[in-house]
Amino acid sequence: MVVDLPEWTALAPALFVGIFALILFALDSIRREPVSHRLLAGTAAFGSLLAFLSAVWYLVVGVGDPGERGVMHLFQDTLVVDQMGLFFAAVITAVTTMVIIASYDYLGEHAHRGEFYSLVLLASTGMVMMAFANSLVTIFVALELASLPSYALVAFLKTNRGSVEGGLKYFLIGALSSAILIYGISLIYGVTGSLQLEAVAAGLTGEHTSLLALGVLMLIGGIAFKTASVPFHFWAPDAYVGAPAPVAAFLSSASKAAGFVIAFRIFIEAFPLETMLAMGIDWVLVFQVLAVVTMTLGNVAAATQSEVKRMLAYSSIGHAGYALIALAALTNAGPYNELVLGAGMMHLLVYGFMNTGAFLFIAMVEYWDIGRCFDDLNGLAKQAPIASIAMTILLFNLAGLPIGGGFLTKYFLFAGAVSAGFWWLAAIGALNSALSLYYYSRVVKAMWIEEPTESTQIESYPLGLYAMLILAAVVTVVALPAFGPIAETAMSAAEILLG
Amino acid sequence: MWIEALVLATLLAAGIVFLAPDRVAPRLAFVLSLIPLVGSLWMFLNFDGSGNALREGSTIAFQNRVEWFQLGDLYTLNWHVGLDGISMPLVVLSTILTTLAIVSAWTPIEERQSQFYGLMLFLEAALIGVFVALDFFVWFVFWEAVLIPMYLLIGIWGGPRRKYAAIKFFVYTNIASLVMFIGFVALVFGLGDAVTTFDLTDVAQALTETEPDAVGWMDASTLKAAAFAALFIGFAVKVPVVPFHTWLPDAHVEAPSPVSVLLAGVLLKMGTYALLRFNFTMLADQAMRFAEIIAAVAVISVIYGALLALAQRDLKRIVAYSSVSSMGYVILGLMALTIYGVGGATFQMLSHGLISGLLFMIVGVIYHETHTRMVSDISGLATQMPITVGAFVAGGFAYMGLPLMSGFAAEFFVFLGSFGSPHLPASHIVTPMAMFGIVIVAGYLLWAMQQTLFGEFDLATDYNPREAQLHDLAPIAVLLALIIILGVAPEVAFEMIRDATAPIIPGGDM
Repeated sequence: MVVDLPEWTALAPALFVGIFALILFALDSIRREPVSHRLLAGTAAFGSLLAFLSAVWYLVVGVGDPGERGVMHLFQDTLVVDQMGLFFAAVITAVTTMVIIASYDYLGEHAHRGEFYSLVLLASTGMVMMAFANSLVTIFVALELASLPSYALVAFLKTNRGSVEGGLKYFLIGALSSAILIYGISLIYGVTGSLQLEAVAAGLTGEHTSLLALGVLMLIGGIAFKTASVPFHFWAPDAYVGAPAPVAAFLSSASKAAGFVIAFRIFIEAFPLETMLAMGIDWVLVFQVLAVVTMTLGNVAAATQSEVKRMLAYSSIGHAGYALIALAALTNAGPYNELVLGAGMMHLLVYGFMNTGAFLFIAMVEYWDIGRCFDDLNGLAKQAPIASIAMTILLFNLAGLPIGGGFLTKYFLFAGAVSAGFWWLAAIGALNSALSLYYYSRVVKAMWIEEPTESTQIESYPLGLYAMLILAAVVTVVALPAFGPIAETAMSAAEILLG
Repeated sequence: MWIEALVLATLLAAGIVFLAPDRVAPRLAFVLSLIPLVGSLWMFLNFDGSGNALREGSTIAFQNRVEWFQLGDLYTLNWHVGLDGISMPLVVLSTILTTLAIVSAWTPIEERQSQFYGLMLFLEAALIGVFVALDFFVWFVFWEAVLIPMYLLIGIWGGPRRKYAAIKFFVYTNIASLVMFIGFVALVFGLGDAVTTFDLTDVAQALTETEPDAVGWMDASTLKAAAFAALFIGFAVKVPVVPFHTWLPDAHVEAPSPVSVLLAGVLLKMGTYALLRFNFTMLADQAMRFAEIIAAVAVISVIYGALLALAQRDLKRIVAYSSVSSMGYVILGLMALTIYGVGGATFQMLSHGLISGLLFMIVGVIYHETHTRMVSDISGLATQMPITVGAFVAGGFAYMGLPLMSGFAAEFFVFLGSFGSPHLPASHIVTPMAMFGIVIVAGYLLWAMQQTLFGEFDLATDYNPREAQLHDLAPIAVLLALIIILGVAPEVAFEMIRDATAPIIPGGDM
C-alpha cells in the first residue's frame, strides 16, 4: 500500500528536532522531582536520530531530486526541500546526535541538563531550517532560531569566567551581525521588491546597483558571522574555548555547515553570476578575498597557539576558508561549477565528523581534567591508546593526509579551483594545508612521543564520549573507501541547485 | 581478491596486536605476521602474470579493478590492484622482512610492546599496499599511510634524538610527497580528455599515445619535463639520492634496529620502485632527456655516499650511509634503460633489502650486548660472539659483492646493463666510475670489521657481551640463507623481473 504523505512531512528532519525540543521542555518542567539524566539525554538523542534517519531516508528514496520524487516547494516557496537541504540536514542532525550522546557523560551532575538538551535541539531546529529556507525572511528567522540558543549554550557554565565571556562575545558580535544582515535584507527588498530567493533574482533589473551591492556585502557579513569567516570570526576562538567542549563541537561543525548552506542558496539562487556580473557586482571576487584571508589567518593563528582547544578553534576558521572556495571558484556558467560546489558540500560533511570528533576528544580531556595545553597531553597514548588513535586519525584527516575522507574532499576543492582557472586559490590552499600538518602533528607528538610530565591517572572511561569519538574517527576513515555515495549525492545536489 | 585479503589480514592483525596485552604482543605479532608471509609466498608460487603492469598486452596477476567512485562525468577513480614481476618480489620482500624484524625486536623492545608490534604490522599493510596499487589515488593513500607508523616508531622507541629525527623524516618525506603529487596531477590535467581516470595503466598508455595539452604557461614538453622533475625530486627524497639524503642518517641512527631493518630494507625501495614505475616507465622519454643529470646524480650518490660511510665512526651510520651508495647503483641501472640495467636495478632493490636488513640486525644485536656502536669502543668481538661476528663478516662480503651472494649478482647485472648502454651518456666512463664505489665499500667495511671484530678483545663500556640468543640469530640466519639463494640462483626472482622490465626498454631488446 502506498500512502502519499502530505507535503509538509518533507520537513520531517526539522520537525523531529523541533518537536523533541518541546517534549524535553515539557518533561523537564511538568514533574516536580528531577527527571533522570538518562531519560533526558535518551529523548534528545532519539529525537535527533529520528531527524537524521528521516533526512537520510528522504535522500535515499529520492526526495529533492527532480528526476525522482521532485523538489518540494512549501509555503509559497519560502521553504524548499531539495537534495542540498537534505544533505545538510543530515550533516547537522548527525552532529547533533553525536554531541548529545557525548554530552551525557560531559554534563554529569550539572544542574540544568533538561535545558541544555532542549537548547541543543532548538538550535539544531534552526540550523535544519536554514538548510531548507528559501526566502530571505525565513533564512533570517531560522538563523536567529539557531543563534539564540547557541549564545545560551556557550555561556552554559555560568560560574566559569571563560564560558560567560565567550557567550557574551558571541552574543554581541552575533547581535551586530544580525543587525547588519537584516539591514542588508531590507536593502535588497528595497531594490528587488521581493524576499523569496527566485523572486529576488527575477527582480534584478539593473537599477540601484550600488544599493544592491551594499545589500549583498551586508549579507556576506551575516554569512561570515555564521561560518566564522573573516571579518566576523573574532567571536569564534573565545566562544569555542569558553564553551563546554561538546557545544564547541556543535557550533564549529553544525553551525558552520548551516551558515554555508544559506550562503550557497542565497548566492546561487538569488544572485546569479551572469546577471550580477552584468551589473558590475562581482561577489565571487569578495569570496575569493575572504577565502584566502580566512584560510591563511586561521592556519597561521592556529600554528601559534599553546592551547589545543584554541588551536582547534582557529583550525576551524581555516577550514571555513577552504569551504569558501566552493563559492570563490565559481565562474559564469562554468563547466566546473558543479565540481566546485559539490566539493564544498563533501568537505563540510567530512569536516562535520572530523571536527566534531576532535572537539569531543577535547571534551574527554576536560572530563579527565588533564589541562588544555599541548604539554598537558604528553604521554596520553599510554593511558588512553584508543582515544589517542581516534584523535590521531582525526587530526591527520583535518590536515588532509590520505587516511580518510578529508584528503579527497580537500583534493577536489583544490582540483575544482584549478579546473576553473583559479590555480592560485588552490596553491594558497595547498600551502595552508601543508602548514596545518605542523600544528596538528604537535598534538600527535605530544600524545605519542613525549613522556608524561606528571603522572595523572585516568580513572574512568566515559562510554558515550568514547563511543562518539570512535564513531567520528571510523566515519572519517570509512568515508575514504565509501566515498561514492557522498560524492554522488553532493554532485547531484550541486547540479540541482545550479539548475 | 587475494590481494585484498592479504592487506586486510595484515590490517586486522595490526588491530589485534595493538589491543593485546604487552605480555603476549611479541609472540602474537610473530604468529599473525606469518599469515601475510605465507599468503605472499603462496602468491609468489602461483604467480601467473607476464609483462609489465603499465604496458598493454600484459597479464597482471591477481588483478582486481572495480570502480571506487565517480565525480559527475569528470573523474572516475578505481580501486585497482595487481602484481607484475616487479612488484611481486617486493611484496615478498616486505612480508619476509617484517616477520624477521618482528622477531629481531623481541630482545631490544621492552616497553609499550603491543603498540610497537601493532604499528609494525600496520606499516607492513601499508607497504604491501604501495606495491600492489595500480591506481594513483589508491597508491598515494598507501604511500602516505606508510609515513604515520614510521614517524611514531622512530619517535617513540628511538634513541636520544628520536624526536628530532622523527619530525625531520616526517617533514622531509611529506613535502616530497606534496611535490610529487602536484607533479603527477598536473600531468594528468595536461592529458585532458585522453584519460579520465587516475589509473596508472591508463595514464601510462595515454602518455605513449598522446602529448599532453598546454597547462597554464607550460607547453606540452615543459609540462612533461616539470612533471618528471617533480616526481623525480619527490622520489629522490625517499630513495634517497644525494643531495636529498640528509634525513636518512638521522632517522637510521635514532630508529630502533628492527625499524631500521624495515626503513632500509623496504621503505627506501618505495622510492626506487616509484622511480621505476613513474619516471622510467611512464616518462622514459624525459628520463633520456635528462640522462646526463640523472647519471651524474647516480654516480655522485654512489661515490659520495660511500665516502660519507668511510668517514663515519658509528657502525649504524656506516651501514646507513652505505645505503645511499647502494641506491645509487639502482638509479644507474634504471637510467641505463637496458634489460640488465633495469632488471639489475630491480634485483638490487631485493638484494639490498636483504643485505642491509641483515647488517642492521647484526648492528642491533651487537649494540644490545655492548651498549655502544662506536668502532673505536669495540675490538675483538669475535672471541665473545663468534656466530654473530661470522654473520657480520658474511653480510659485509655480500655488501662488497662476493660472488655467489645476491650483492654480486645485482651489481653484476647493473654494470652489465649500464656498460655500453645507448641511453646512458658516456657509459664507458660512468660505469667504471660507479664501480669504483665498490672499492670504497670494501675499504670501509673491511676497516670497520677489522677494528671491531678481530684482535684482542676490549670494550670501552662496562658490559660483558655474550653470544646472542637463538631468536636473535634465527632471523639473521634466514636472511643469510636468502642472500645466498639469490646469489646462487638469481633466476628465482630475476626471471620474473626480467619479464616485467623488458617491455619498458625503449627500442626493444637490448
